[in-house]
Amino acid sequence: MSLFDITLISFGHFDEKCIEQISKTVRQVYGYPVVMEENLPEMNLFYNGERRQYDANKILEYLHENHLNERFRIIGLFRVDLYIPILTYIFGQAYFKGRAGVASIYRLRNEQYGMPKDDDLLLQRFIKVIIHELGHTFGLVHCHNPGCVMRTSTYVEDIDQKSTYLCNHCKPQLKL
Amino acid sequence: MKKNISLLIVDDEESVRDSLQNWFIEDGYVVDCAENAKTALSMLERREYDIILADIKMPGMDGMEMHRRIKSLNQSSIVIIMTAFASVETAVQALKDGAYDYITKPFDPDDLSHLIRNASRQITLSAENEALKKKLISLENIEDIIGNSEPMIRVLKEVESVAQSNSSVIVTGESGTGKELIARAIHSNSPRKYFPLVSVHCGALTESLLESELFGHEKGAFTGAMFNRKGRFEMADGGTIFLDEIATISGKMQIELLRVLETKSFMRVGGNKEIKSDFRVICATNRDLKSLVDNGTFREDLYYRLNVVNIHVPPLRERADDIPMLVDHFIQKYCTSMSRNMISIDQAALKKLSSYDFPGNVRELENIIERAIVVGNGKEITVKDLPLASESIGTSYESLEDLERKYINEVLDRNNWNISRSARSLKVDRVTLYNKIKKYGLRTDK
Repeated sequence: MSLFDITLISFGHFDEKCIEQISKTVRQVYGYPVVMEENLPEMNLFYNGERRQYDANKILEYLHENHLNERFRIIGLFRVDLYIPILTYIFGQAYFKGRAGVASIYRLRNEQYGMPKDDDLLLQRFIKVIIHELGHTFGLVHCHNPGCVMRTSTYVEDIDQKSTYLCNHCKPQLKL
Repeated sequence: MKKNISLLIVDDEESVRDSLQNWFIEDGYVVDCAENAKTALSMLERREYDIILADIKMPGMDGMEMHRRIKSLNQSSIVIIMTAFASVETAVQALKDGAYDYITKPFDPDDLSHLIRNASRQITLSAENEALKKKLISLENIEDIIGNSEPMIRVLKEVESVAQSNSSVIVTGESGTGKELIARAIHSNSPRKYFPLVSVHCGALTESLLESELFGHEKGAFTGAMFNRKGRFEMADGGTIFLDEIATISGKMQIELLRVLETKSFMRVGGNKEIKSDFRVICATNRDLKSLVDNGTFREDLYYRLNVVNIHVPPLRERADDIPMLVDHFIQKYCTSMSRNMISIDQAALKKLSSYDFPGNVRELENIIERAIVVGNGKEITVKDLPLASESIGTSYESLEDLERKYINEVLDRNNWNISRSARSLKVDRVTLYNKIKKYGLRTDK
């Protein structure tokens, strides 16, 4: 393990092909080595019975306290419906200029919106959310460029409009 | 756009404050938080925030009361009320108290984005509006009129006193004295300054064109009227209409104009709907309107309606004291626009200019200075740069219209009045050429 590894920890099962594709694209965008891990935390700790959703703020705190250690960056990958107290749902969340973030595949599925299942599209959406959240940990704010992965997305359709990559305005700010 | 927009989040729940702060920081806003209304108000005494997101239910002072206090601080912040228990009464009360909007917790991410984006846009537009107003004032200031001679000071005092009223004004003076500048100064110092000043050069238009220009026309009103068109009176609604060369309008147009001035309503050419417009009229002429009234070419009733206030702009020869100041002004203007180093004028040249009678007035002086900068040595304007020796300066500087008329006539003669060929050489279409021939009353000698 190097000092600058981006660690993606899957909390829930993601198939190998999918994991490979995610790690390849993240490495391509940020240029850091990507390490994959698996974990099974007690998800009940984060569950809100009233909302039937999982509190992303609590999950982030958990990741920070139990998994960050000396790691450079970590992103937790989830299959559950995430929320933060003020919003009805989120696709992902990260500490701005911090070192940890979360992303969930739950709301990215076509089936959630009455559309036919599309695994390729789902993977593309998930990759974009992960790269977006990592961008926030590197201090990138939302971008106005429609094609930039840092553009804000409140609907899945918004995610489909943007690319997987950082635009020429955002990329230099990373100072990679 | 967001870089300068600041947000204050006021909520007693830490998780709400943190979530919102994180969300808005990711969006590029500058965000501060307060855990109760008291802290928020003390923060607001130190600085102003563009947008305040305030929870309605907080221990101590609630969000509504805090909103009222913010308003009493006379701050222009946009306040958005957050509530976990939406009720029509609270929402109506919040909006009645001047809140920008209210939003129910938990928010849909898209609703929150839209709400803040719209509020940001409103802030940016207000700031732009203020900046443009300031720019407009500085652009059209009475100080743009150069001169501190006694006759000009008298004119400027008249401008200042008449600007605040709504009376019609006739600006008289020889050609090139700056009558339009006076009209602009009246408009820009009047309460109508934020509405348009619409200028119409009456002398440049035929009767039918002027009618359509002033009143507008409906589609199909005449051949070529393919679309509805707003007239200048309609465009000047709330502002001022400046009718230059008013003495040139026909008898028919004088009647039409009188009716519009009396009723402030009119119909478009070919239309049957009455249109109302609130405008102020400023006219200009280089003719003696009173003598035109006496010899029956200008209607007396229209004359009295227009001539509520008369401002006479003196010719340059009657205010020779202003010449050095005007020379400096034009040197600065043209050196800047031509990106040249500032130059000066020698005493002999200035003396020569001061003794010249300027039949073309300030416009002529401006042309002389512009030419002197172009042909001069780039350091100083001397007598040899001024084409005054031959005293032909007054006639050698023709108006653009004169030049156009002469040139079109020459091209037509050269092409034996073959319209297609002439239009091709002038690089205009045939209709344009026909219009120009009609406008200038050109005729073949053959």
